[in-house]
Amino acid sequence: MSAVAVDCAGVWKFYGDFPALRDISFHVPEGQCLALIGRNGAGKTTLLRILGGFSRAGRGETKILGNSPREADARRRIGFLGHGIAIYDELSAIENLRLFGKLYGLANPDDAARRWLERTGLERVRDGLVREFSRGMRQRLAVARALLHDPAVLLLDEPFTALDDRAIAVLQSVLREALAQGRTVVMSTHQLREALELATHVALINRGRLAFHGERSPEMLSDPGWVYARYGDT
Amino acid sequence: MRQKVMIGMLALAAILLVRNLYVISVLPDEVNQGQIFRIIFFHVPAAVAAMTGSAVALIASVLFLVKKDFFYDSLAVAVTEVGLAFLAVNLVTGSIWARVIWGVWWAWDPRLTSALVCWVLYAGYLILRQALEEPTQRATFAAVYSIFAFTDVPIVYFSIRWWRTLHPQPVFFNKNGSFPADWSAALRLNLIALFLFYAVLTMIRLRQEQAQREIDYLRRTVHAM
Amino acid sequence: MRFLRQAMVITAKDLRAEMRTKEAINASIAFAIVILLILSFAFDPSEETTREISGGLLWIVFTFAGTLVLNRSFARELPNDCLDGLLAAPVPGSAIFLGKALSNFLLILAVEAVALPVFGIFYNVRWTRQFWPLMLVQALGTWGLTAIGTVFSALTVNIRLREVMLPLLVYPLMIPMLLGAMLLTAQLVMGQPIAGDSVVWLRLLFGFDIIFTALALVLMETVLRG
Repeated sequence: MSAVAVDCAGVWKFYGDFPALRDISFHVPEGQCLALIGRNGAGKTTLLRILGGFSRAGRGETKILGNSPREADARRRIGFLGHGIAIYDELSAIENLRLFGKLYGLANPDDAARRWLERTGLERVRDGLVREFSRGMRQRLAVARALLHDPAVLLLDEPFTALDDRAIAVLQSVLREALAQGRTVVMSTHQLREALELATHVALINRGRLAFHGERSPEMLSDPGWVYARYGDT
Repeated sequence: MRQKVMIGMLALAAILLVRNLYVISVLPDEVNQGQIFRIIFFHVPAAVAAMTGSAVALIASVLFLVKKDFFYDSLAVAVTEVGLAFLAVNLVTGSIWARVIWGVWWAWDPRLTSALVCWVLYAGYLILRQALEEPTQRATFAAVYSIFAFTDVPIVYFSIRWWRTLHPQPVFFNKNGSFPADWSAALRLNLIALFLFYAVLTMIRLRQEQAQREIDYLRRTVHAM
Repeated sequence: MRFLRQAMVITAKDLRAEMRTKEAINASIAFAIVILLILSFAFDPSEETTREISGGLLWIVFTFAGTLVLNRSFARELPNDCLDGLLAAPVPGSAIFLGKALSNFLLILAVEAVALPVFGIFYNVRWTRQFWPLMLVQALGTWGLTAIGTVFSALTVNIRLREVMLPLLVYPLMIPMLLGAMLLTAQLVMGQPIAGDSVVWLRLLFGFDIIFTALALVLMETVLRG
């Protein structure tokens, strides 16, 4: 019986009186890969930000590995990759990774930084300023930043959107490795094939509600619109 | 039910006010100042009401941050707006008095100056709210600002008083000075009248704020469809 | 202890980034000199009375120039959503506050270190006569500006008209501190030591700094993570 990595119980998020998220309850056992799908504005980003501890839920509780992500220590085990790459343009690749390594309390930030630069194919430009990187290079560095501290839970917001081929390949390989190591992944996606291939489970957020949550089936893979057709409303 | 309470309070306030105005107008003229001394019966209670309002705003702000209930946010903004109006009354009456007694529209009297700074502080609260669109963020940030502002108020009073003791200026009415007994009674009664007015105005503003929230909610719901 | 280390990491990051581009500090120093110049036209520096109030004028310069640095403090986290990176990390809001406040403090002190000698030249004032007390007042006053300014930099970072809102909200809050700093600086610049009556202003500056730093440490988390 695997432990619960991500637990959402009765989560509501309000903008004023308007509920952007309504009564979201689900849990993700360790080792699963959950694909969060839904239209723009459905609430996927909002939910991920609450799971990451950036945003406060109006009602309900979230727990990552048994602790609230609002507690600083709990965030040690979470890796977050949002829309923005969260990398400083004025610093070099290795300076960026060292910075995050230290913030995450790694014993040897330098080693971890070098390891991940190699893993993402950036060791040659390690002293280059991020400002001069190409888009794909920045995205690969962002992946390195998110995984630098060996997080047990990965929260990714549309990670495959606008990636170039090399970056997609790196991300897929990194995620496959992470899942093989027993880490948990929750990623929002626009049903891109690359994301659905990795997913073990799928959840549909429609107008702030959890409309569907279940295992990923072969139908979903062959027709990404399948879940929408059955459980969404149009 | 709340409507009836409001009307009741308003009626009581109006009656008190009329009675007070009569009493104040028949008081004998003050020996040094002539007619204008009567302004103190509004000048001082307005300030007291405004200060009480700022304390209520602080409590409401803290309660909002703790409980996330928008009622407290609506209360905070209502109480602050009405307080700003009362503080303005304090400033204007002070200015009129200064013009009559000292011949200048403004003298850097410590209490008036502090009141002015506090007015600017709470005006900042309203300006901040205007600049924030999203209601939850607006309420949260406004609450934080309100806490900072309230903490500053006593520091402002002390620092400006010390500043003024360095260069002694004509000081406004010394409230603790020789105050005839009939004045104190009139002052207290007017204080009650103004407090009642404050409460009524706050309730009206509170209702308006809650209606605004409902409109906002409906608008978002429609847009989401 | 980890709290302090994390704050230091953030301070180091901010300073390193600033030293690479020097955007904020160059603009701030230039702005300070321009204001000093304009003030020299407004108040004739050759008159004795002006030299007596000149210390007070200095704080106008420091406050305005300091606002540029403070604005930049959280604005530099906007590109690439870097703020999200900080918020996702196991760093409490109070550590982010302390780290950024320290780096802002050092940057504004650097601006003041340039502005003071220039002021001495323009106003023909030997401001070094009470050097160490003056440095103390500089530090206390600048910290007051920084503590409040850093919290409000975070608060206003996403607002329209951020550059106007920050000073608009911060300056009124700072009035008591500015009073004390201006009075003490004017005195010290003219060579009079802090004694007797003036000591109360020093206490005010200390108290102000402690109270608002405590408030900032407590409320920063709310401002950043809601």
